Amino acid sequence: MLNILLAVIRRDLLLAWRRRTDVFTTLVFFVIVASLFPLGVGPEANLLRTMAPGVLWVSALLATLLSVTRLFAADYADGTLEQMLLSTEPLPLIVLGKVSAYWLVTGLPLVLLAPLLGVQFDLPQGAIGVLSLSLALGTPALSLLGGIGAALTLGLRGGGVLLALLILPLYVPILIFGAGAVGADAAGLGAGAHLLLLGASFLSALAISPWATAAALRIAME
Amino acid sequence: MPQTDSMNSSVKAVSDKLSAAPGGINWFKYASPQTFYPLAGRLIPLFAWPALLLFAVGLYVSFFVAPTDATQGDSYRIIFIHVPAAWMSMIIYLAMAFWCALGMIFNTRLSFMMSQALAPTGAIWTFLALWTGALWGKPTWGAWWVWDARLTSELILLFLYLGYMALVAAMDDPRRADRAGAVVAIVGAINVPIIYFSVKWWNTLHQGASVSMTSAPKMASIMLMGMLIMALAAWAYSIAVVLVRVRAIMLERERNTDWVAQMLENRP
Amino acid sequence: MNWASWGDFWNMGGYGLYVWGSYAVTLVCVFAEVVSVRRQFSGQMVRLLRVRRATVRGAGNETET
Repeated sequence: MLNILLAVIRRDLLLAWRRRTDVFTTLVFFVIVASLFPLGVGPEANLLRTMAPGVLWVSALLATLLSVTRLFAADYADGTLEQMLLSTEPLPLIVLGKVSAYWLVTGLPLVLLAPLLGVQFDLPQGAIGVLSLSLALGTPALSLLGGIGAALTLGLRGGGVLLALLILPLYVPILIFGAGAVGADAAGLGAGAHLLLLGASFLSALAISPWATAAALRIAME
Repeated sequence: MPQTDSMNSSVKAVSDKLSAAPGGINWFKYASPQTFYPLAGRLIPLFAWPALLLFAVGLYVSFFVAPTDATQGDSYRIIFIHVPAAWMSMIIYLAMAFWCALGMIFNTRLSFMMSQALAPTGAIWTFLALWTGALWGKPTWGAWWVWDARLTSELILLFLYLGYMALVAAMDDPRRADRAGAVVAIVGAINVPIIYFSVKWWNTLHQGASVSMTSAPKMASIMLMGMLIMALAAWAYSIAVVLVRVRAIMLERERNTDWVAQMLENRP
Repeated sequence: MNWASWGDFWNMGGYGLYVWGSYAVTLVCVFAEVVSVRRQFSGQMVRLLRVRRATVRGAGNETET
């Protein structure tokens, strides 16, 4: 089983490497969106510091949403997805592999880049650490849930916006716990509870998403 | 109150009919559009007229029987719509998810038609809950919109409804639309308690002493009665409207079947 | 009875806008939904009958050689 997982991850990483620009555009989008907020509300440091957890989390969320359509699109277009559905290996496992690779390529860079943006928003040191940790726990959950949306809207016209409409309500708890963790830390209240809930959200996403995504893929490919 | 013979027999007639419907002993007798279509037609007036009556009684109670509140004055009368609307929005979403789940398990297309018929009504109740919530919030808390847990959860519920309707509408293949919508509805239903909990969490942390829409006037029993009557009216109304809509959906989806052709033959 | 006069009734203790704003929009939504749903049904019925009439007429024409 592990072999299949690693094989799928390795393949997707290789494919992503060949289309490196896609990864960069997602990152750049993250930075641009996060930078738009100060442009919209003004450079006053206190305001930005208070806004930072929410703004950075929403930007990460939108960046994930924008790129998650890529998860199955390429394989759908060239027929590989059909082969995956026909394979004897459990589809949820293949899905898990693809989502893992997707996170490594999209989510992890967000996690690594976030401290830089945190500095831009003048977040205190400790809060930046919590920000990275919350994104590290949260972005996998975002990727997993995004996979469900990507599978459901496979091949649909207007798919991207529809995907957002479908998945954003599911993202709300993760956003609340993630941004809340950073905010709580910045306020000196301790982020422990938030991070635990975030971890729980990740685990439940892990438990449900691969199967829901697999079901959605079968529905889309019937 | 003493029951007359005619009341007994009419109750029996209804219960006989209901025991044959989905939920009764013969589970699958009415699970096909062919058998459910005429049943639904007969059920509509059974829910529509009581709905009208209950609504009239409810309106009377809310305006002429329930007294003016000490703290909120007469603005509290909005709860006679706001609370039933919120209840219906949640009940209908659960019903939607239930029918979707049934459809996935038993592969009955009528189940999917039911959930698609339920969605617009549920969305309208959700909108009304939000609208009346805003109109109640303004005189009570001074703002048209307060980010309290209940209202915010209702807003997200509206997004869930709209997402389901948008996804089903976006797909040309009805079978794919049925099943994809079912995944969305079921995943959404699983998430509703999580979302509600997280929004409550967010709300209490950010506002301390929370402004709560539930801290309505201490429920004098007459106010509770009015709310319950309106809730029953809303429930009966919703069933009637959904039955009409599901018949329309059945006609459209089953237009090429024999039973529809037969039914058209038998019409004047 | 709660209201001394019709004026008091419409005024709702100063909250008339909010109370009637709520009830009015509710009535509009209910009315609109009932109308919409009935039109949806009758629209389908009309469409089906029209198709049936056309096919019957078409079949009739075919037999008249």
